[in-house]
Amino acid sequence: MSSETTITAIPTGVVGKQSPGIWGFNGSQLIALVLMLVALGVAPFLLYPVFVMKLLCFALFACAFNLLIGYVGLMSFGHAAFFGMGGYVAGHAAKVWGLTPELSIIAGGLVGAGMGVAFGWLAIRRQGIYFAMITMALAQMVYFFCVQAPFTGGEDGIQAIPRGKLFGFISMDSDMAMYWLVAVVFVIGFVGVHRVIHSPFGQVMKAIRENEPRTTSLGYRTDDYKLVAFILSCGLAGVAGAVKTLVFGIATLTDVHFSMSGEVVLMTLVGGLGTIFGPLIGAGVVVGMQNYLAELGAWVTVIQGGIFVACVLAFRRGIVGEIGNLFKVKL
Amino acid sequence: MLETIEGLIGVPAPLLFGQLLLGLINGAFYAMLSLGLAVIFGLLNIINFTHGAQFMMGAFVAWMLLAWAGLGYWWAMLLSPLIVGFSGIILEKVFISRLYKLDHLYGLLLTLGLGLIIEGVFRNEFGSSGLPYRIPAELSGAWDLGFMFMPIYRGWVVVAALFFCIATWLIIEKTRLGAYLRAATERAELVQAFGINVPRMITLTYGAGVALAAVAGVLAAPIYSVNPQMGSNLIIVVFAVVVIGGMGSILGSIVTGFGLGIVEGLTKVFWPEASATVIFVIMAIVLLARPAGLFGKA
Repeated sequence: MSSETTITAIPTGVVGKQSPGIWGFNGSQLIALVLMLVALGVAPFLLYPVFVMKLLCFALFACAFNLLIGYVGLMSFGHAAFFGMGGYVAGHAAKVWGLTPELSIIAGGLVGAGMGVAFGWLAIRRQGIYFAMITMALAQMVYFFCVQAPFTGGEDGIQAIPRGKLFGFISMDSDMAMYWLVAVVFVIGFVGVHRVIHSPFGQVMKAIRENEPRTTSLGYRTDDYKLVAFILSCGLAGVAGAVKTLVFGIATLTDVHFSMSGEVVLMTLVGGLGTIFGPLIGAGVVVGMQNYLAELGAWVTVIQGGIFVACVLAFRRGIVGEIGNLFKVKL
Repeated sequence: MLETIEGLIGVPAPLLFGQLLLGLINGAFYAMLSLGLAVIFGLLNIINFTHGAQFMMGAFVAWMLLAWAGLGYWWAMLLSPLIVGFSGIILEKVFISRLYKLDHLYGLLLTLGLGLIIEGVFRNEFGSSGLPYRIPAELSGAWDLGFMFMPIYRGWVVVAALFFCIATWLIIEKTRLGAYLRAATERAELVQAFGINVPRMITLTYGAGVALAAVAGVLAAPIYSVNPQMGSNLIIVVFAVVVIGGMGSILGSIVTGFGLGIVEGLTKVFWPEASATVIFVIMAIVLLARPAGLFGKA
């Protein structure tokens, strides 16, 4: 494969300059990464651990979504299907089959990726807003399936899911133990996404985002690249959903509903499309808002809508994108 | 003859015709909403995610006119589209018009946000449970058609929806205004060069598409209870309808809308569990066979 040499045919600035660093992290990103790891280490002592775990699950979900929208330019409006179904499968695996947490999480991820194969195969036949509408419609189909299917428990969901013992002997029942598992899964996912983006494969993804016909003319089967990116994203969304289910011990229709697909879009948009740390910050904003403004009831929806409008009209780079722009660094 | 039908398909005839009528009514709403989406998309190049909220607003304005101003169904039929259409014009002027030079994606996100705001405000004001809206006296009652009882209002919905769809089609295909519209859909700069005020036409088109959603909302008010979620539940199905039909042709969206409504109704008779998903399955099959949609241009 001569992908590295071929890609240089695209003018610099389109694909972005490659800076040396560890796993594709450049200087400023490394500093931010260290800050993030420190924050992950102290967060459970300063904040309620379950809240931080919820935040990390959504941050991982948003990272998965950002991989598609930020780096391939594919707008999926149905990511709740993979997130929610990953949760259901992990819940079923842990409760009915009695699998250990790590196996349940892997099961959730595999199911997400498997659904990604089918949905991606259908959806990448159309582009742009059609892609968004198709993913949305397929996700709605999954929602109706979950309402009726026996194993999801319909309106009740799957309840009282045990967290189990990690590798069969480390009990996850305490919130702190669970927190470290969630933190490790998040960091692996986060660094993994970054690694994918900075691989030769990731360069082709970004080329597709910038100019798909041109990438095709350079000899890349863009549909194959889009499909693989889609599957990766769906698998990671499934992992995020699986982890969330284990944290809360419950899998419900909320996680497959369309509003969840909308929320992950909002998180990524607020944080900054196509930034590495954006999904984390965006998830923090959205989850924090839901937590602290919960007594406002339906006004939370109005505020979320307002943030959508404000982001689109006034700051399309998102929080991290604006900060990066201010200090002239890529975050 | 009824016995032969029952013998052939093994389903009581009143059930079959009842579900067919329900399917036609759902199809009427699919057709009107997807038509509005197609008209807006043709000229503005955005998918109007606010469409469901505007459908809901149409029903709520009808309810408000009755509850607060004492104006009945026929006044609502006239005033609700005007009011909601005007609100659409304001949205286009203030928000949407700023995005035409950007990626389509931003239009989608903006209208999604606007839809959330509208829905949230209505939910705060009126709660999530539905409000009743009575069928107007002239249209209440039912006809005995021999093979089934048909509530007059349901028949009226189908007829009215057909009328609005065909009227829209005639305006677009047969009038001078429609010719401008079609021309601007193809090449907006060229039409502007001929001295036609394209930005104003875009604004009015958006208003008209929204007004069509509001008409559908008024028609729906006596059938479904008037509630803030009534639009968002419908609009995802309408998106699937749009994908199936393709947004290339006006007549195509009308035919697809009614056709899928009927298919959905028939599924309720023969395989009730699948009725919620049948349209999405059809969408998947159409994507495999004709990715551009049944009436779409590749």
